[in-house]
Amino acid sequence: MKIQTLQALRARVADKIPCAMVTALDGTAQTLVDGAGVSGDLTLTADELAEVRRRIALDRSGVLENTQLFARVYGPAPRMVIVGAVHIAQVLAPMARLAGFEVTVIDPRESFVRSGQLADISAIVAWPDEAMRQVAPDARTAVVTLTHDPKLDDPALATALRSPAFYIGALGSKKTHAKRLERLAGEGFGPEALSRIHGPVGLDINAVTPAEIAVSILAQVIAILRVEGRRQ
Amino acid sequence: MTTSSDPLTQLEHWIADGRHVALATVVATWGSSPRPVGSHMAITDQGDFVGSVSGGCIEGAVVDAARDAISAASPRLLEFGVSNEMAWEVGLACGGRVQVWVEPVSS
Repeated sequence: MKIQTLQALRARVADKIPCAMVTALDGTAQTLVDGAGVSGDLTLTADELAEVRRRIALDRSGVLENTQLFARVYGPAPRMVIVGAVHIAQVLAPMARLAGFEVTVIDPRESFVRSGQLADISAIVAWPDEAMRQVAPDARTAVVTLTHDPKLDDPALATALRSPAFYIGALGSKKTHAKRLERLAGEGFGPEALSRIHGPVGLDINAVTPAEIAVSILAQVIAILRVEGRRQ
Repeated sequence: MTTSSDPLTQLEHWIADGRHVALATVVATWGSSPRPVGSHMAITDQGDFVGSVSGGCIEGAVVDAARDAISAASPRLLEFGVSNEMAWEVGLACGGRVQVWVEPVSS
């Protein structure tokens, strides 16, 4: 690989532009493919290029069918949006980042957002309805609400339910969650939409401490992310 | 020196420091293998590395191959697995098979 090729690749990864490096496994040529075009000394047939673009869309690296061409796909990292800079967020945010998620914390309370482990995590200090519009969750985004305060959680959940977010989870006991579902149903969300919310949030691992609860949430998010990935 | 846990970023740091480097990438796996296709490992000609292509089973052999690739200025395709003649030394204990592409990064 040429240094210039590495730099071009790194620039796309930094700008979160999905792309693929296609390498001839005899070492003769290499080319970088993204939505805008193709650059490099490897010439791809129309079928090969179509397969590379399919692989980019599915975020799936591999050797192209019936060839000795390897496509390494660089997709955007999955995102996790955490509503509420509370004690569980203090551990969940750094854990999720270690697991490869791009993490954003939303909370209108600036002092919460700037405290402890969250100091170097990307944050939006605003009310969730406004902040969630900025975040615009997509199919690679998980939304986790942790405030269990309806005036913060509900607007975030409503926005998440109108988005293709692959995961929606809400902290709160079974009782809290039942009341939450009633309120959201009152806003016009049907049973199918409401069934997308994981509540009580996280896998049942008998978690007690904030760190243990964060593990259970992150594990559930990863489980859903990987199952969705396999279905494609 | 700046360090990064991301192999591609680390490659650029090393290049900026004037080091000779290579990139290893898992291109195919069969059976059980600890790291998925696309996993990267950045390696210097001094044997420093960041990232992984297995669960620690073959990294040593990949570092050696990378140093050869750097000095020969040519890439190579490595294959490890139970059928490999080196299985006793650097095979995958899990019984899987893995192909690793090792390419020097040059100007």
